[in-house]
Amino acid sequence: MTSLRYVLERLLHALPVLLGVTIFVFFAIQLVPGDPIRIMMHGRISDQEVQAIYERLGMNRPLLIQYVDFLRKAATGDLGTSIIQNAPVTTLILEKFWPSIWLLASGAVISVLLALPLASISAFYRNRWADHLIRVAGMVGFAMPPFWIGLLLILGFGLWLGWFPIAGYGQDTAGHLHHMFLPGLTIALFLAPILVQSLRTSMLDVLAADYIEVARAKGLSEWRILLKHVLRNAAIPAITVLAVNIGWLVSGAVIVEYVFSLPGMGSLLVRSVGFRDYPVIQGLSLVFAVIVIVVNLLADLSYMLVDRRVLKA
Amino acid sequence: MASALPTARNGLFATIGAEIRSWSPTLKIGTAIMGIILFGAVFAPWVAPYDPYFQNFAATLQPPGPAHLFGTDNLGRDIFSRVLYGARIDLQIGLITTYVPMSYGMLLGAYSGYIGGRVDAVVMRILDTAMAFPFLVLIIVILAILGPGVQNIYISVFLVAWTMYARLARAEMMVERTKDYITAARVLGFPTNRIILRHGLPNVINSSIVFSMSDFVLNILLVSGLSFLGLGIQPPIPEWGAMISEGKDFILQAWWISTMPGFVVVLTGTALSLIGDGLAQRLGERHHTLV
Repeated sequence: MTSLRYVLERLLHALPVLLGVTIFVFFAIQLVPGDPIRIMMHGRISDQEVQAIYERLGMNRPLLIQYVDFLRKAATGDLGTSIIQNAPVTTLILEKFWPSIWLLASGAVISVLLALPLASISAFYRNRWADHLIRVAGMVGFAMPPFWIGLLLILGFGLWLGWFPIAGYGQDTAGHLHHMFLPGLTIALFLAPILVQSLRTSMLDVLAADYIEVARAKGLSEWRILLKHVLRNAAIPAITVLAVNIGWLVSGAVIVEYVFSLPGMGSLLVRSVGFRDYPVIQGLSLVFAVIVIVVNLLADLSYMLVDRRVLKA
Repeated sequence: MASALPTARNGLFATIGAEIRSWSPTLKIGTAIMGIILFGAVFAPWVAPYDPYFQNFAATLQPPGPAHLFGTDNLGRDIFSRVLYGARIDLQIGLITTYVPMSYGMLLGAYSGYIGGRVDAVVMRILDTAMAFPFLVLIIVILAILGPGVQNIYISVFLVAWTMYARLARAEMMVERTKDYITAARVLGFPTNRIILRHGLPNVINSSIVFSMSDFVLNILLVSGLSFLGLGIQPPIPEWGAMISEGKDFILQAWWISTMPGFVVVLTGTALSLIGDGLAQRLGERHHTLV
């Protein structure tokens, strides 16, 4: 019964955030100085036409009613109509959804694959040269602009060596994996140092625990302790760290999609900003925020499976 | 340590000397690199060998060499000079976008953490909502509403970036408020403002200072990233991200146009992270840097 209560509690916690997100997304667009329709059409539109568009979009009603209407429609998956492309926003976003998810997944997986061994080495050889080297390498990776290192990876591995495609998304699963390696690596170079830093800290905390002392007293080798006892107990922090940093992951993905010409939601966002296509911008920001909320919710729920103790808290 | 105690005769210099000697190697190296970059930025008109806007069509796409340290771009402009002038822009924007939100974010967090109750609940809901959006997405959406440009980058970052400092200061203040010295101040009948500003804040400020170094790096990446996307500083102004963007069409013929400004971004960011690492040790605040 406690697990059901925990799940409900987490869901209830996510609700006000979700509501806040919709309020921001809806009212931000109302803050556009001047008339959004006129701005979008660069002023080349008559008063009657503006009125007609307002009428059609229901934008001449009171704001609160518009907001409730926006919520009701968004709940059923209707995010309005793109003004530039004259197509439903939901359709436009769905077309771009999976490339972005592939990129996020590939970025997350490569980051974790890089971060786990590096953090283990860092924790094991703490304050020795290997630790310092990883720390400084992390600082360098963190300081690299994703759009810059992406360009260099395209130049090196795409154009000079020809090992990886430099644009597009691929046809099948193998193609997706092949196409997503360089973009994923670009994100990982930025994200992995953040993960290494947090994981190293939590591994050092675990290493100071009593049961590690017991394992040492049993005569287990340090590496065995690290792999069997520490890594497993550092799993929760690993999940948290990844969830907390999902915002950075998504932020990185927006720029990386643009650099690698991936047909994803980030590219769509940048393009829509150029066209001032506000319904699409509105829909995309909502989807991005929902992704972050859902990932954090999943992280909360996965603690329940990894560590039953959270149920008592 | 005897040398750490300043004497009356050479008080100031001895204090500064002892302070610098107590720094960790990372803090020394980071400060030295940042010092060189700052020097280049401040004295750019004297250090730069060329005018950053001067187009020499007799010397376009020159590779790095003695005449042009970082080479020239497609319009024959000297990239080294442009990078130096770019440092003025990027460091200035980085500084403002880091420390202005830090000041009020920290204050709000400190008050929220100390007072608690309904105020705290409202602040926390705003924080949760702001943090649900990926940082860059939120900035791009606000820029889409306001339009591109430096001024609007400031506005959008000011609207968003305080959240991280508020969260840090709030968490620390909630620990501090239970400590004896705060209770003592309260028993003495000090007004709440005085307790928060004079007693609490000095004890929660260190974590924000340490974090601000990582934030500075992120803000330089943000500004250059926005310029790369065409939402920030517009060409021909020599901003690092805009320069990388300008060079991307020539990446095969002239790799240096994009690569060189990027190296300087990496150098600056690494130096700032080294300073952050050193400051964390110096102030006894672990875990508050991102890397």
